[in-house]
Amino acid sequence: MSDTATYEKPQPVIDPGTKPFWDAARAHRLSMPKCRACGQHHFYPRELCPHCHSDDLEWTDVSGKGEVYSYTIARKPAGPVFAADVPYVIAMIALDEGPRMLTNIVTKDVEQVRIGDRVTVRFDDVTPELTLPKFTLDKD
Amino acid sequence: MAREAVIVGVGDVPLKDGKVVGGGSVLQVQARAAKAALDNAGIPMRDVDGLLVAGLWGVPGPGQLPSVTLGEYLGIFPRFADTTNIGGSAFEAHVAHAAMAIEKGYCDVALIVYGSTQKSERSRTLGGRPPVLTMQFENVWGIPQPVGGYAMAARRHMHEFGTTEEQLAEIAVATRKWASLNPDATMRDPISIDDVMASTRISDPLKLLDCCLVTDGAGAIVMTTAENAKAHGSRPIHIRGYGEAHTHWSIGAMPDLARLTAAEMASKRAFDMAGVSHDAIDLVECYDSFTITVLMTLEALGFCKPGEGGAFVSGQRTAPGGAFPLNTNGGGLSYCHPGMYGIFLLVEAVRQLRGEAGDRQVDNVQTALVHGTGGTLSSGATVILANN
Ligand SMILES: [Zn+2]
Repeated sequence: MSDTATYEKPQPVIDPGTKPFWDAARAHRLSMPKCRACGQHHFYPRELCPHCHSDDLEWTDVSGKGEVYSYTIARKPAGPVFAADVPYVIAMIALDEGPRMLTNIVTKDVEQVRIGDRVTVRFDDVTPELTLPKFTLDKD
Repeated sequence: MAREAVIVGVGDVPLKDGKVVGGGSVLQVQARAAKAALDNAGIPMRDVDGLLVAGLWGVPGPGQLPSVTLGEYLGIFPRFADTTNIGGSAFEAHVAHAAMAIEKGYCDVALIVYGSTQKSERSRTLGGRPPVLTMQFENVWGIPQPVGGYAMAARRHMHEFGTTEEQLAEIAVATRKWASLNPDATMRDPISIDDVMASTRISDPLKLLDCCLVTDGAGAIVMTTAENAKAHGSRPIHIRGYGEAHTHWSIGAMPDLARLTAAEMASKRAFDMAGVSHDAIDLVECYDSFTITVLMTLEALGFCKPGEGGAFVSGQRTAPGGAFPLNTNGGGLSYCHPGMYGIFLLVEAVRQLRGEAGDRQVDNVQTALVHGTGGTLSSGATVILANN
């Protein structure tokens, strides 16, 4: 773990609408809003359900399991702070509860990632204040 | 008689090796493009009473109110302004908005302007969006922007439809052939499918030659009424139909990564308004930020079915002499790509419709479709133009 001042990668500017997500991540829980009106989860967190536009939402923990919907292997970094990580995998995970989320897949062999692969969340405490929910391949 | 809005002038600034010839600030290059378009229309600057601007310049600062700043710089007092910014497709939307304003009598002469000096200033970065609000869920993962989102769309398209990297390469090769006919194009040397396949990997499955250039550039469009065009002796290009839509900006919120929903929505409306079928389109100019953008756009516009884009572009079908002339100035892939490219699609379509495209002129162009894409496959705007 780095301390907050020495972690050089982009850190989310957490706001009141997103704080419950990042707080849950620090506690190693993946949490997102679920709509009481239509029953659907959504991500990233919003004030109104993007499916039915109800404001009757509650934060709920999800399983942290899903599958790879798509991915890319970055061969060039998104700026110098990611240069040491190349090649690395950015993936869109379709969570079992429905929503898709962007994340990293942590694997020793980036070449083996495929769409449809089953994945499970893991929590990276990158600073004392920030935990990033990343994913691993169940086949790894 | 009802007022009909028409395009009467287009202009741009000369480029050499992707940089504006003679240099200049982002305001200077926009003023030059505006003057070129007004001279082309035969209409003086003082007649401009509508100003439509979108850009990435001067933020924070004067670019926060871009039409107000540019109006001041040009010495005009517009009574209609539109700074709609939906990404690189903004200018196709501007044509629609200007047409409605002109036909309603809200303005008489509309000037649409874009400029960028990003290459001269070396200001383009891949990771530079601040991780605030929606983007706190994107940048932390190190996604190269915007190529990473397009790469994930390409990967999903390949998964669902069997599209290949070689098929994407066909687009880059054909577009380069068009660029070789355009003296202003930044990249004019021929390339092969093997060259594309062997080019530097950027964000799998996209490689360097799948990606648009990073250049300077400036362009402008002048619109007025058909009646005013006649009075100035300028040749009108008619606007038969238009439409626009946007669906997301965060790639995580794109409704379907293998389908360009915004282009489907925008083009359906444009075709309905124009009352023409796909067979009536002689020429297509569509945004080519990446090769996958083109492939998904052709499907969404309805020139082929979803999933058939790879086969559609194979055999150099979109190259000079091919059955489907596309991006005839060399596109964002090989001509220029100054950040928001959409205005150059319009400039090229008008030149083709007027028979003024030089060595790259396509025979018998009467109707052209222009489609811009902005953001990360986020927005789409379609304009159908005709010279009769
Ligand atoms: Zn709902």
